[in-house]
Amino acid sequence: MILAEEGGAAILFPIWQEMLVGAIAFGLLCFVLMKFVFPRMEKTFEARVDAIEGGIERAETAQEEANQTLEEYRRKLEGAQSEAAAIRDEARADAVAAKEEILVSAREEANRIIAAGHAQIEASRQQLVRELRSEVGNLAVDLAGKIIGQRLADDASTTETVDQFLAQMETESSGAR
Amino acid sequence: MTDSANVLAAEESHFPPGIHSFDFRDWFTGLSETALAHMFTTITLGVWLTIAILIVFFLWAYRKPQIVPTKKQWLAESAYGFIRNTVSIDLMGKKDGVRFAPYLATLFLFILVMNFWAIVPGIQISPMAHIAFPATLAILSWAIYMWVGVKKHGFIKFMQLTCVPPGAPWFIYPLLIPIEFLQNIILRPVTLALRLFANMFAGHLILLVFILGGFELLNSGNVFIQGMSVLSFAMGIAMTGFELIVILLQAYVFTLLTGMYIQGSLADEH
Repeated sequence: MILAEEGGAAILFPIWQEMLVGAIAFGLLCFVLMKFVFPRMEKTFEARVDAIEGGIERAETAQEEANQTLEEYRRKLEGAQSEAAAIRDEARADAVAAKEEILVSAREEANRIIAAGHAQIEASRQQLVRELRSEVGNLAVDLAGKIIGQRLADDASTTETVDQFLAQMETESSGAR
Repeated sequence: MTDSANVLAAEESHFPPGIHSFDFRDWFTGLSETALAHMFTTITLGVWLTIAILIVFFLWAYRKPQIVPTKKQWLAESAYGFIRNTVSIDLMGKKDGVRFAPYLATLFLFILVMNFWAIVPGIQISPMAHIAFPATLAILSWAIYMWVGVKKHGFIKFMQLTCVPPGAPWFIYPLLIPIEFLQNIILRPVTLALRLFANMFAGHLILLVFILGGFELLNSGNVFIQGMSVLSFAMGIAMTGFELIVILLQAYVFTLLTGMYIQGSLADEH
């Protein structure tokens, strides 16, 4: 009841014990929060900023890398395309040349084969003609011989056979005595 | 709220409330005549509860901080981040702002919870309604902004920056310098302490008027006058809501002004 006793203005004069309590309590609070809590919060904030900024930076680097790779691939693709075109042209030219060559050689071959055939046919014909000629002669002679010989042999061979038999029998009987 | 008011009303007639309503008995009557008087009262209980709640909450909420915060961590960070960003960094810039943010945030939280006891049922008195606590904080704020200024500029230069406004004609200095000195060095902590104290004092008084007034009306013999007590209690409840705004605002104002004073001490110009 001290305040009331001293009159109205007394409320404006602090009680020193309360100031002491206030100072100790607030000091304690300051100590704990400012030493153990808020610095850690600042660290967390920093870590958070780092995480975000680091993420952005990483994303940018990745983006750039991707762009470079894309550019490189594009260049490579262009090179490959022109190279392919060159190869294709060359191949086409080669093919045309090869075709010509093949055609020419085939034609030559054909001509050669045809010529060889002609020659062979000619030779065969010559030979055939030759053989035929002698054969026909022989045949004619044989045929003529056979026709004539057969008629003559009929008489001569019969007498000969009889003669031969008789002669044979004579030699045998004289030999036994 | 009606409970504690009921107790008050039952003891003896407290109406009308006055400065005697702000006297709280020592719990240990044996101490009343010693230096330990006023050390153990509802008021100091509020103070200890305040720092206990804050310390326990923040240590618990910030035990294992993570990049992606949990709900309680987020709450703790917002409480600090609010003062850090909207008061400290806004006033002083990034570097100094971060440097003074812990003190300003502690100050804000301390005043906020201390004020809050004004509407907590069962206690219903803010320790800030006793001038000792606002005064302690104001003296501390004063000491900090003086120290910061003297350390940065040196005593003479700081006094010059604080008391001699640039751009004024020389013949006005004899008038200006004492005024500036009084305003910036003497009155700042006084107004800082008085503003907070008076608001919490008045808030308590208003609640007492309506709530005790309600009981006073109830105790009268006339049934019509007893009916009027409903209005009085309703006003008491409405004023409790109003008090909540005052609680938040005064904690913010005290912190903001302290921040502005520190910023003024750091600034190179008046």
